[in-house]
Amino acid sequence: MVRSRMSKSLKFIAGALVACALAAPSLAQQKTDVKAGPRYHIGRAPTADEIRGWDIDVRPDGQGLPEGKGSVAQGEKLFMDNCSTCHGEFGEGNGRWPVLAGGKGSLTSDNPVKTVGSYWPYASTVFDYVRHAMPYGNAESFSVDEYYALVAYVLYLNDVITDQNFELSNKNFTTIKMPNEQGFVMDDRAATEKSFWQKDPCMKDCIAPVKITARAAAIDVTPEDSKDKKSRGVE
Amino acid sequence: MSKMDSPRQSRRNFLAAGAGVAASVLAKPALAGGGNPANQPPNVPEWSKALGEGVAVRPYGKPSKFEKDVVRRDVEWLTASRESSVSFTPLHELEGIITPNGLCFERHHGGIAEIDPADHRLMIHGLVERPLILTLEELKRYPRVNRIHFMECAANSGMEWRGAQLNGCQFTHGMIHCVQYTGVSLRTLLEEAGVKTNGKWLLVEGADAAAMDRSLPIEKALDDCIIAYKMNGEALYPEQGYPMRLVVPGWQGNLWVKWLRRIKVGDQPWHTREETSKYTDLLPNGKARRFTWSMDAKSVITSPSPQAPIKHGKGFTIVSGLAWSGNGKVKRVDVSLDGGRNWWPARIDGPVLDKALTRFYYEFDWNGEPLLLQSRVQDETGYVQPSKAELRKIRGVNSIYHNNGIQTWHVQANGEVENVEVA
Repeated sequence: MVRSRMSKSLKFIAGALVACALAAPSLAQQKTDVKAGPRYHIGRAPTADEIRGWDIDVRPDGQGLPEGKGSVAQGEKLFMDNCSTCHGEFGEGNGRWPVLAGGKGSLTSDNPVKTVGSYWPYASTVFDYVRHAMPYGNAESFSVDEYYALVAYVLYLNDVITDQNFELSNKNFTTIKMPNEQGFVMDDRAATEKSFWQKDPCMKDCIAPVKITARAAAIDVTPEDSKDKKSRGVE
Repeated sequence: MSKMDSPRQSRRNFLAAGAGVAASVLAKPALAGGGNPANQPPNVPEWSKALGEGVAVRPYGKPSKFEKDVVRRDVEWLTASRESSVSFTPLHELEGIITPNGLCFERHHGGIAEIDPADHRLMIHGLVERPLILTLEELKRYPRVNRIHFMECAANSGMEWRGAQLNGCQFTHGMIHCVQYTGVSLRTLLEEAGVKTNGKWLLVEGADAAAMDRSLPIEKALDDCIIAYKMNGEALYPEQGYPMRLVVPGWQGNLWVKWLRRIKVGDQPWHTREETSKYTDLLPNGKARRFTWSMDAKSVITSPSPQAPIKHGKGFTIVSGLAWSGNGKVKRVDVSLDGGRNWWPARIDGPVLDKALTRFYYEFDWNGEPLLLQSRVQDETGYVQPSKAELRKIRGVNSIYHNNGIQTWHVQANGEVENVEVA
């Protein structure tokens, strides 16, 4: 961000000048004052209550965790009543609904199964996501304690929590470590795919003559086709 | 749609432009252009005699009824429900670089939020000097910018990682659209709120039933992001985030949060579900790349393509396609007729804009022999679109996202086109 070298008080004065300029017929003065960061004084400050209602995000370091608690057992009941239709009783997933548990050791296989336990790097992600979007079709409808219980059960399904009596809370949440936390690297395309940057792409006799090796028609899953649909799938 | 009774029309070409018309053309070879002779010279057609509908009978216009097949389509087996699914832009029917609002592909996680703008609020808080809450009307009082950008889902072409699977560039490449956005520079709002020196990341969050949230680095937020409320001149469509959405030029569509309700400034990323379990690119060694935001240079021939076969037989033939790069402008596009062995420069027509779709053409005299049609883009950074083989060599086939490999269409002697792989 381009931050002004002016002091705060100077900035305030600049802002006030801009406000005057906005009130005046000409806006020319505002244009010359970009470095100060023009201010428009449009909108208002939200109240603490307003922020509290929407401020539901949670980070890996625990920032944002609301006060509350819930046990694996409590979570199991909630899960059976509200989640198992789509996710299966053990997080195995129904149809094309997401699989939540299992998949350990599958990430290098031909069919990687990316679950909370096999793939997700942080437990906070589960809390953040479940509270944002679940239960599906009735989002944000559970109490904070119920969200803790549900997260506890999902972690239990993934053997991240092994004690059925474990009670997850804002106090012990950050002690939870996920198996695949080290499984991620930063975007390294600029280095690993350096060969894709070329000065003059080849134009003539670039490769040996090619042949068709695979055809979409053989897979036959294009919509509106009457044949049985076999899919390779994508999420 | 009338029966495909011509030997030149396979059931595969069900989506061909005005298929009913095309089929009858081919079924009646004695006629020069097909259709109903009663409406053709020397006769005076019915629409030249009777009065048509008056003004405002169609108060919001829509395409001719003869274009009714030009619509978004979905692939039902892809997802469990239509509320968390995707529809595809019919690229094979479009020209130029602008996508009509009603044809922009959709991706929702909790269905389309129908939001009364009077009730919508945008909140900016966290590490800022002056937290802000804004109505749509207040947002519209801030200085405006107009920008044309493509928006591509990172999973576009994701179904093709393991090989050719879907017959139609609507399905292989249709998770992209390009419109002119009008809105407020995100920088303007962040300056109004006054980001504190330790403010390094933004959490951007939607107001739909998924309340999707993602982390956005402050550098990008201050560079070229927009909070948009208009697309192609009119209000955003509900399925595109009405009343306001985030625009993150060149970066994967998932970051372009629709129904934007909240921006929180923080000092670290949040690692939300969308940037951990999704939108991370799994490599063959089991590690996954994260924060792969930008969309690499990519191109596709939109016509001819499986849904847009060549109907005129041999002779002067127009190859039309789209190229784009999330890292800047398109520099050049080449076309191959033999599966990538030899290349010829394509002709670019229309504006070449930063992080926007670019239209290219390759016109040639087709001798009627089968073709293996490909296009290859180079962007202004020098990046050359890789072949699928080159891409798979590095990324394997389980990445799901960022498949920008060169597409091959097999044009058969009878004009039918199929999605194929070559080696």
